[in-house]
Amino acid sequence: MRDVAIVGVGMTPFGELWESSLRDLFVDAASLALRDAGADHLDAIYVGNMAGGQLVGQEHLGPLMADQLGMRGVPSTRVESACASGGAALRAAFFEVASGASDLVLASGVEKMNDGADVTGVLATAADQEAEVYHGITFPGLYAMIARAHMAAHGTTLEDLAAVSVKNHRHGALNPKAQFKQEVTAEQVMASSMVADPLRLLHCSPVSDGAAAVLLCPLDRAAEFCDKPVKIRASGMATSAMALADRHDPAFLDAVHLAGNRAFDMGKVGPRDIDVAEVHDCFAIAELCVLEALCFTERGLAGEATRAGETTLGGRIPINTSGGLKSKGHPVGATGVAQVIEIVEQLRGEAGARQVKDAVVGLTQNMGGSGASAVVHIFERV
Amino acid sequence: MPSPRYWREIPARYRLEGGRCSGCGKVVYPIRRVCPSCRKGDMEPVALSRRGRVVTSTVIHVAPPAFHMAAPYSMAVVETPEGARLMVQVADCESDEVVPGAEVSLEFRRIQREGKSGILCYGHKAVPVRSGSA
Repeated sequence: MRDVAIVGVGMTPFGELWESSLRDLFVDAASLALRDAGADHLDAIYVGNMAGGQLVGQEHLGPLMADQLGMRGVPSTRVESACASGGAALRAAFFEVASGASDLVLASGVEKMNDGADVTGVLATAADQEAEVYHGITFPGLYAMIARAHMAAHGTTLEDLAAVSVKNHRHGALNPKAQFKQEVTAEQVMASSMVADPLRLLHCSPVSDGAAAVLLCPLDRAAEFCDKPVKIRASGMATSAMALADRHDPAFLDAVHLAGNRAFDMGKVGPRDIDVAEVHDCFAIAELCVLEALCFTERGLAGEATRAGETTLGGRIPINTSGGLKSKGHPVGATGVAQVIEIVEQLRGEAGARQVKDAVVGLTQNMGGSGASAVVHIFERV
Repeated sequence: MPSPRYWREIPARYRLEGGRCSGCGKVVYPIRRVCPSCRKGDMEPVALSRRGRVVTSTVIHVAPPAFHMAAPYSMAVVETPEGARLMVQVADCESDEVVPGAEVSLEFRRIQREGKSGILCYGHKAVPVRSGSA
């Protein structure tokens, strides 16, 4: 396989973008990525999207987006893995370039969630319809069950959960693209309205519109497009039981653990080599479980590490410097690609007030459903 | 949405029936065609006990449209003595009773009225077993 680099990035702001349609969002992000690299053509496009059909009634996003971008004729495919669609799109683009089949490939993600749809119901289609949703469970409900299991097994507290939200909002306040550019206090988090006990509103990522795109090419051609290419060092993916009830330990995200190990093996690095990471904090408990599944902390100690400041900017391993899904926003199909953009900016040294000093190796972790699919990528400054 | 999801003769829903693998003995709920543990044995129907233990739980405050009138309501993952695990609502309870380790019985109840056509959907809900009760 050939070495692959990211040579261009572009994303829209995340938020309630009432005046932008699904196609507008994609074209805005994709155009920025092409301009960033100075590229005028593409060999292939991957569009990560979870639920265009349900949210805005639009399927067949591959040709639609190629057409709208002025790229008729280019192979273009929509990739779906629920909230991990963006990460899965990057993985498909990575292997297409690594294999030698294509040189210039766009990996993108887009979601238009604020358009009148029953978002809670749409998101629930990423859970098991027959075994879970039929009985009245919601996504916050599934993660609330994960949280209770984690609290029972490891003594994780409401203060630990609040610390994740407080930290990610503190980071997001520094990100001009974030949906919520303001800090919150632990008291505000713990007094916000109850969604699914023990998760409250400020433990939950928001409903967002947005798009993100990155341009990939072989590393040996990267200098044509970019002064600061970022190499994709590894890609790992895994699946787990679809239904939470079928997981041996509901407090452990085994697909994330497996995807992480595959990426660490492929990249010949370990958790201690990672300087900065973007992880899938769709709910506060998810960030804690991911830190443990990726072995950034020992099992059961992620809450304590978060409260001790280990995962904040300036800490041992800064997590979600973008603000994470919680503060930056979570347009579900776009999230996995937006995570990559934060890491590319960190490794280029262009993250401004959010910059992690001397960051060389970064990681992204994106997951679908209650953790049934997980994608991990590792990146390196070259 | 008339579909197999709402078919009125799903044994798992109406008889509380799971599947047992003839190869490794793994019990799953609902029954499926391939054993998720060994992939080798045939899956055979097995009646599940109507008793179980809460593995984890929550209380849904923001509910899907079909369950708006019921909110807030408790839900739990319940494990039966056979090792099958079910996602169920918990009825006739105080929310603080439904904690990991709590004993429940599984009772046949109406789950929801589906969609505009109003199909009645049945299945099982858990009910706490209080000390002193049978």
